[in-house]
Amino acid sequence: MSLPEDYTRYPHRREGYDHQFYEWSNMHARAPVSWPGQKSVAVWFCVSLEWFPIVPEDKLFRAPGHMVTPYPDYRHYTVRDYGNRVGVWRMLDAFKAAGVTASFATNAAVAERYPELVEAVLADGHEIIAHSTDMNGTITSDLPEDEERELIADSLSRMETASGVKPQGWHSIARSQSWRTADILVEHGLVYTCDWVNDELPYRFKNGLINLPLNTELSDRMIVATQQHSAEGWAQMMRDSFNWLATEAKGTNYTQGGGRMLPIQLTPYIMGLPYRIGALEELLKDFANREEAWIATGGQIVAEWEKQ
Amino acid sequence: MQEGAPDPGLYDYQAYRDRPKLQWPGGKTCAVWVAPNLEYYEIDPPIGPHRKPWPKAHPDVVGYSYRDHSNRVSHWRMADVMSRHGFPGSVSLSVALCDHHPEVVADGVDRGWEFFSHGIYNTRYSYGMSEEQERAIIEDSIETVERATGQRIRGWLAPALTHTPRTLDLLAQYDFHYTCDLYHDDQVQEVKVAPKTGNAQLASIPYSLEVNDHYGFNVYGMSGREYADCLIQQFDRLAEEGERTGSGTVMCIPLHAYLIGQPHRIGPFEEALRHIAADPRCWKARAGEIVDHWRAAQ
Repeated sequence: MSLPEDYTRYPHRREGYDHQFYEWSNMHARAPVSWPGQKSVAVWFCVSLEWFPIVPEDKLFRAPGHMVTPYPDYRHYTVRDYGNRVGVWRMLDAFKAAGVTASFATNAAVAERYPELVEAVLADGHEIIAHSTDMNGTITSDLPEDEERELIADSLSRMETASGVKPQGWHSIARSQSWRTADILVEHGLVYTCDWVNDELPYRFKNGLINLPLNTELSDRMIVATQQHSAEGWAQMMRDSFNWLATEAKGTNYTQGGGRMLPIQLTPYIMGLPYRIGALEELLKDFANREEAWIATGGQIVAEWEKQ
Repeated sequence: MQEGAPDPGLYDYQAYRDRPKLQWPGGKTCAVWVAPNLEYYEIDPPIGPHRKPWPKAHPDVVGYSYRDHSNRVSHWRMADVMSRHGFPGSVSLSVALCDHHPEVVADGVDRGWEFFSHGIYNTRYSYGMSEEQERAIIEDSIETVERATGQRIRGWLAPALTHTPRTLDLLAQYDFHYTCDLYHDDQVQEVKVAPKTGNAQLASIPYSLEVNDHYGFNVYGMSGREYADCLIQQFDRLAEEGERTGSGTVMCIPLHAYLIGQPHRIGPFEEALRHIAADPRCWKARAGEIVDHWRAAQ
């Protein structure tokens, strides 16, 4: 099939991006960021608290981790729920033992269904990030604008009613946004999103929203579930990352240095299993003892960055 | 190529045993070239009939921002590791990057890198192009890169590896010297082209899918350490074969900063480059130098 004539015309070819969300900037050339206590690497643990209805709606796309077999998919429904019943409690204990606070990207349905879990998260000083309604609450540009606005408003109000928390951060399912999402998040008073993975420090969109990049490559979903490495292999990669970032923070040929960030995304039904949790516990202890490490929640990192 | 024929007629068969002798400069046995892909993916490209640019409705936030990491963060990390171990880049360039982020291209120029075309954008596919459209992207590539770098490009890696039956013939007509699109050999090979005028020739330089970081990480799911081991084994073997047979081999290390420049991978990658650079059999070269040396020996 032949192509239309305008296939070799490029109306957005110009200096800067081909969109209006944010400006281009080389991370290594920015004014250096410094973290509290002269620490050079902010380590951000971000746990996903997800509820997968056994009836996937597939309105836009099926969320990663959603049902796989024909209905009723007991296997995946229960395996995912294992994370909320068992796995995440192991993680909470591990964070407490290491004296670490984390962020929990939480479906509103989890706060409604498992109030004791969200109470425990809050009691330990962790942060709640809004993470849609449940795992059917996906967004793309194919979602009508009023429905998207309603989905975001509903996620926030249901979270507030169930837990008393008004989150500052937003994490879309599968990080999937529409052309409108950034503006709707600002309308609803959200300070930051973690969906765009193009940077390793917070940066600001033109509409005022801050993006705190939550690296997909460093997630347990990517490394353990997709690439099928062991928990120990995953922990090795986190250490390799930390070591590189701590060195880069001191300054190199290409950067004057400055604070760096290591985002570590965790999934209770993946890393909370009995044979994997030990690797996380060891890593938490290790990082908690590193003199370069500032272990912080997403909200703390954003607040510190905003001050500067 | 022979359009529609079962054998596309791209080259003649040549057994790996008893190849002609070929020494790289200084008696080196394996020419190693590093090929960073400096790319621009459009956030809202036109959707052609042959291939969908993004799996999700636009904007595909992860797909787009994943690649954008190269141009904000990881390019400099990758480039610096290469420079530290003396490897120049031969860049597979989405030429529109010269317009969007000239700073990235200028960094490659400052490091003495060679540039060749990887199309205008990695979200515009050649399938189905008319001859006129294909000539337009070739001429655009030549002019854009010349303006941004001062270099007349000599090589081609098709955008997103998409071709038409006439691509290679057109490249020869426009006086390109090498293509990176054929994966049939570990040595430079002659490509059969049908230039309409002159005696144009085109060489195929080994690029690689197998040791491409995209395959290593996103197809085979390797860790950074496993990928680094893979590069070392690939080099050790090719250097040994070139030494044993007296017929120099070529190893390409094709990279994408958004993959190799991730914080958990860049450290092991540096160790692989350190190993290869320290081996006296390694000729650290640019693509054009490898093709020139081979051509002169024919």
